[in-house]
Amino acid sequence: MDLTEFLTKTAVIFAVFALTLVIAMYSTWAERKVAGFIQDRMGPNRAGWGGLLQPLADAGKMFFKEDFIPALANKWLFIAGPSLAMLTALLASAVIPFGSTFRINGHEIALQGVESNIGILYVFGVVALGVYGIMVGGWASNNKFSLLGAIRAASQNISYEVAMGLSLIAILMMSSSLSLGEIVSQQHGGNWNIFYQPLGFIIFITCSFAECNRVPFDLPECETELVGGYHTEYGSMKLGFYLFAEYINMFVSSAIISVLYFGGYNYPGMDWVYSQLTSALGTETGHNIATLIGTAVFFGKALFFIFFYMWVRWTIPRFRYDQLMNLGWKKLIPLAIFNIIITGAAVLFLKPVITAWLN
Amino acid sequence: MQLTNRSKQVSNKEMTLMERAYLPAIATGLAITIKHFFAKKVTIEYPEVKRYLGPVFRGRHILKRDEDGRERCTACGLCAVACPAEAISMVAAEREKGEETLYREEKYAAVYEVNMLRCIFCGLCEEACPKQAVYLRHDEFIPVFTERDQVIWGKDLLVEDMNNRYTREAWTKEEARALDLKRAGGEVTNVVPRAIP
Repeated sequence: MDLTEFLTKTAVIFAVFALTLVIAMYSTWAERKVAGFIQDRMGPNRAGWGGLLQPLADAGKMFFKEDFIPALANKWLFIAGPSLAMLTALLASAVIPFGSTFRINGHEIALQGVESNIGILYVFGVVALGVYGIMVGGWASNNKFSLLGAIRAASQNISYEVAMGLSLIAILMMSSSLSLGEIVSQQHGGNWNIFYQPLGFIIFITCSFAECNRVPFDLPECETELVGGYHTEYGSMKLGFYLFAEYINMFVSSAIISVLYFGGYNYPGMDWVYSQLTSALGTETGHNIATLIGTAVFFGKALFFIFFYMWVRWTIPRFRYDQLMNLGWKKLIPLAIFNIIITGAAVLFLKPVITAWLN
Repeated sequence: MQLTNRSKQVSNKEMTLMERAYLPAIATGLAITIKHFFAKKVTIEYPEVKRYLGPVFRGRHILKRDEDGRERCTACGLCAVACPAEAISMVAAEREKGEETLYREEKYAAVYEVNMLRCIFCGLCEEACPKQAVYLRHDEFIPVFTERDQVIWGKDLLVEDMNNRYTREAWTKEEARALDLKRAGGEVTNVVPRAIP
């Protein structure tokens, strides 16, 4: 790896993290705005045009609040909790393919923090570590309510991760690859996985709601039963980190959903646009502009799913804890296994027939 | 015993497959909420836009002048007596020669103060006043105060400005209704609140 390559790689990684943070920041604004609109209100509209400076105002408020650590809490773990939550959420964004490649002077720059062969495994591994942020925070608070909340949150996250992984296996069987870039390029030409895996998609999106601790699965922060859940003792920017991590998680899972099921940066008529642009503007410029359009399409899809999260939040009430566990273990996991069997049969018997018929 | 016709037989029957599938119900719910997303907002951006409060609203106090610009108040003290919160106090003085253009009667209020922390805006002072001097405006609030010396309002804030006289458009329910209809039709524009002098 020479120096230019190293520098471009670093720049891309920084850009990916910065972009994730900015999107998460504005998700907090969008959440309040969507909440307002759905409840026939305006939402924040004082700080900046249309309330666009609201995230900065909120951050300023959180920084100036008293930074409180309970006397009996384990000080270092107490600080480590929110940091872990933030870190794991942010790390998962590294492998998301935002677009295809940029071409500058013959160099190919992939719009992806890390091009990994095991992208999807990496995402699941890192997202699974998010439980530690919650567990450590709840344990270090030295408070029964926090600990109970943390245990609830952990058991919820773990049980939904099982169903999530199982629903994903069907996708992996179809694409026979673990690389996110590969999965996206296989969905080229409107050949999106959602058309083959509707059941898997429903299971996956339900589980990602639970993974992000979003309504209707926001049991970890159930104020009515547990005072405040795992972050009862947290305030100021430490609480802000926990909440911010939730929004980063939301963006990451929206991006993963759009990559796995909605073709990432693919859109119908992509080849035609590409050939038009390259013939009109030259190979390099045309290619780059086509890439930018693809990236915009990707963000459109991801932002739609962020909106979907918020839309659902202001529609469905919270589950009861036993209902949550019932749904996870007794409904979603059997359904996911059923989906795997069906997909396996289709891949084994149907696919050779169809390919033979097409040829 | 049946008390109303609205009672409904509670049943414990099994849900149908459609209901148990849960997702159709969620889709219906999502459709309802997204309709509200595009619905008209009820919000009024308050400090910039003010809603008309209606002709019977009791807001900030005003001491009226008559049509020649003379103060109507004769410092009889009936408003202070009628005031259940004891918010009004005044000092009476006698009109001197040459002050006929300022005060309508021989006696006038040299000092007239309303303690805005005590006032409950009941309107009894209005009713008690035999000279039709004190009113509660129907179109203005008392502005928020943050300092102690802003609490007690003297004559400088209470006596009406002849360039911007206060009139009440509607006195009965029927008149108010007619006026509201006109206002809805756009014939009458909203009352523009006057700045506190």
